[in-house]
Amino acid sequence: MAAIKWPAAPTTYEDDVVLAFTIAAVLWSLIGMAAGVYAAAELVWPALNLDFAPLTFGRLRTVHTNAVLFGFAVSALMGTSFYTVQRTCHIRIFAPNLAWTVFFAWQLIVIAGAVSLFMGANAGKEYAELEWPIDIAITVVWVIYGVVFFGTIAIRRIEQIYISNWFFGAFILVVAMLHIVNSLAIPVSAFKSYSLYAGAQDAIVQWWYGHNAVGFLLTGGFLGMMYYFLPKQSERPIWSYRLSVLSFWAFAYSYIWAGPHHLHFSAIPEWVQTLAMVMSLILLAPSWATMINGIMTVSTARQKLREDPGLKLIVLSLAFYGLAMFEGPMMAIRSVNIISHFTEWTIGHVHSGALGWNALITFGCFYFMVPRLVGQPLWSVRLANIHFWLALAGVMLYVLSMWGAGITQGVLWLSLDELGQVRYGFNEILAALQPYYLLRLLGGSAFFVGAILMSINLFMTISGQRTVTVAPPTTSMRSPAPAAGTP
Amino acid sequence: MNLMDWHRRIERHTGLLVFGIIAVTSVGGLVQIVPSLFQTSLSTPVAGLEPYPPLALEGRDIYIRESCSVCHSQQVRPLLAEVMRYGATSKAGEFVYDRPFLWGSKRTGPDLHRIGGKYSDAWHRLHFMDPRAVVPSSIMPAYRWLAERDADTGGSIQNRMRALQLLGHPYTDRDIYFAPQRLAGKSELDALIAYLQMLGVSRPEGG
Ligand code: HEC
Ligand code: HEM
Ligand code: HEM
Repeated sequence: MAAIKWPAAPTTYEDDVVLAFTIAAVLWSLIGMAAGVYAAAELVWPALNLDFAPLTFGRLRTVHTNAVLFGFAVSALMGTSFYTVQRTCHIRIFAPNLAWTVFFAWQLIVIAGAVSLFMGANAGKEYAELEWPIDIAITVVWVIYGVVFFGTIAIRRIEQIYISNWFFGAFILVVAMLHIVNSLAIPVSAFKSYSLYAGAQDAIVQWWYGHNAVGFLLTGGFLGMMYYFLPKQSERPIWSYRLSVLSFWAFAYSYIWAGPHHLHFSAIPEWVQTLAMVMSLILLAPSWATMINGIMTVSTARQKLREDPGLKLIVLSLAFYGLAMFEGPMMAIRSVNIISHFTEWTIGHVHSGALGWNALITFGCFYFMVPRLVGQPLWSVRLANIHFWLALAGVMLYVLSMWGAGITQGVLWLSLDELGQVRYGFNEILAALQPYYLLRLLGGSAFFVGAILMSINLFMTISGQRTVTVAPPTTSMRSPAPAAGTP
Repeated sequence: MNLMDWHRRIERHTGLLVFGIIAVTSVGGLVQIVPSLFQTSLSTPVAGLEPYPPLALEGRDIYIRESCSVCHSQQVRPLLAEVMRYGATSKAGEFVYDRPFLWGSKRTGPDLHRIGGKYSDAWHRLHFMDPRAVVPSSIMPAYRWLAERDADTGGSIQNRMRALQLLGHPYTDRDIYFAPQRLAGKSELDALIAYLQMLGVSRPEGG
């Protein structure tokens, strides 16, 4: 060990880029949720489509998913991963200029994506709608992101690579692999291409992509966040280091197999569907192990849990994580999927994950991180508490109403009368869904208002800014290793 | 050396960790996804299936542009009630000219895989102009502007067919040469309806 010369301690962390990503993520969450609320309203009052092509439900919904996934979620992950990797490696980020390049290029990509979707340039695959020029740009920026992230790990001044960084690392590597394989296409013009795969084969590739984008972005990436911010905020080390090791590898191995549960009873080979169902059930174990690890970590931080709205949001998000990770495997069982597939139940599941888990944990981390980035206390703890309750009420109303609607659809669509005829016409069933759609709109709006309050709160915190620069500890920690599980 | 000691090496070495993640996450894809790309039963067309003629191809691309697939599936599952409601179960061989596939994941509106021939062109026209005039409880958007726009305003139909030809769709050079003529004077709405009327009609025997 003595022969190796560790890099000298840098003077400060590169935190401006983290702040920039945070602000971008907050803005994209507002834009994306506004689109979601409007789309939800269109399902209650279809006249809101206004006969204006970019605002019609099909296009607007696609803008919604792209803005929340690639604008909000990815910006949040890029920001928090840069924050985390510097602090867990005790070093300033590798190549700050490249980090800034990632920031600007990624924001341009999401803007170009939203504009092109409004205009109708659409590759037609869910969550991979962006056309080929943007796909190429994504690939390039992603590689740079990987270089910055893994470069920082490579020059770290701590011997052990902290668990958060494995999750962020898996997120970066796997999303790159998925994106490249699924986006292969023959271009026709700048705004049009045809997929290299056709029909049933295209479906298999697409849902290998779609499911694992959820798995490694919305689940894996956010677990990276959880493993850093939860122990930090509750001032407790991770409960079981061994459990986090085991659940990481089990998660990374088994998630990849589960994609075809999106294609139950379709024209793809049956063994592929059955295998996906089994692997989805197995996935329950590492997912819940992670949740238990998180909950046990905070279980002794009772005082903080009462007072700190950020920590409350994170703990609540873990509960929703557990819920989505339980519901998912249930929906992957073929006999349950008969009812849930194609219905609002899926939408309920999506948003219990997306709102309850992804959005809440991000909000919780931002309440923790932003005051530290700008060296000011949070502008209003009271406002943050109001946000907590609005978000909880909003997500519950959203999820419960979609469960109600989904089960109604799933059961009535398949119901036959005594003569063996279809009992209800499609449009009769549709008419029964209106109250649920209205409730979802209310829930979504409450959630959205909560996010607006958070934006105001964070904005006021930032604008009272004192400049701070946080320096890494000066002593090299590369050896001896710090206690396992301490970020 | 127990498992945790062994693991201690991985978590101290960037390259090993990267390699480990890639190795572990590739297995599933290699075993489950790659074989299906070579399974010919998934890429063999059912008897009588033709690639989309130019007008229907244009219609299909409009369907993609408007994301109709976020509200409509094109996949009838082998369930009794579903077959009664929509028609014969979908077969892999019916989709081999679908790039991308449009099975969808959500039925805000009904399945459309067997919509071909269910209604007249005039019904569709009326329905797209004002869905609520036909179905009062409908929440589908109206698509009036499609009637005002000429099909293939970008003039790319020949390029599109050539790209598909490259990917193995059996278009002849003659088909491609005459394509612009097939679209002349048609609106986007005509094209979309031509596509819908083709959907699911070349079903396999006994289907
Ligand atoms: C908001 C979701 C939504 C979007 C987007 C949408 N539809 Fe619909 N569609 C519906 C609903 C709901 C019905 C059932 C009520 C009705 O017939 O209007 C329907 C019915 C239909 C029907 C009649 C089906 C039948 O069996 O009676 C056709 C055909 C159709 N849509 C085609 C399209 C096309 C083509 C597009 C894209 C240009 C599209 N829809 C976009 C929701 C949608
Ligand atoms: C105010 C909050 C939100 C509202 C009102 C809202 C509303 C909606 C609506 C109306 C749909 C279409 C559902 C349908 O087609 O029936 C949808 C889809 C979707 N939303 Fe949201 N949304 C919100 C927030 C979010 C967030 C924060 C995320 C992600 C982090 C998200 C991710 C998605 C995804 C992935 C889909 C597609 C689901 C699928 O295809 O199955 N949403 N949302
Ligand atoms: C063990 C974990 C999980 C499993 C096994 C699982 C399983 C499933 C299943 C079976 C479906 C329905 C597919 C269909 O019938 O069409 C689904 C849809 C979905 N899930 Fe999960 N889920 C899990 C966790 C999550 C989490 C944490 C999120 C985070 C947001 C999430 C996001 C989604 C999305 C976005 C869809 C909609 C895909 C679409 O049709 O567009 N899932 N999931």
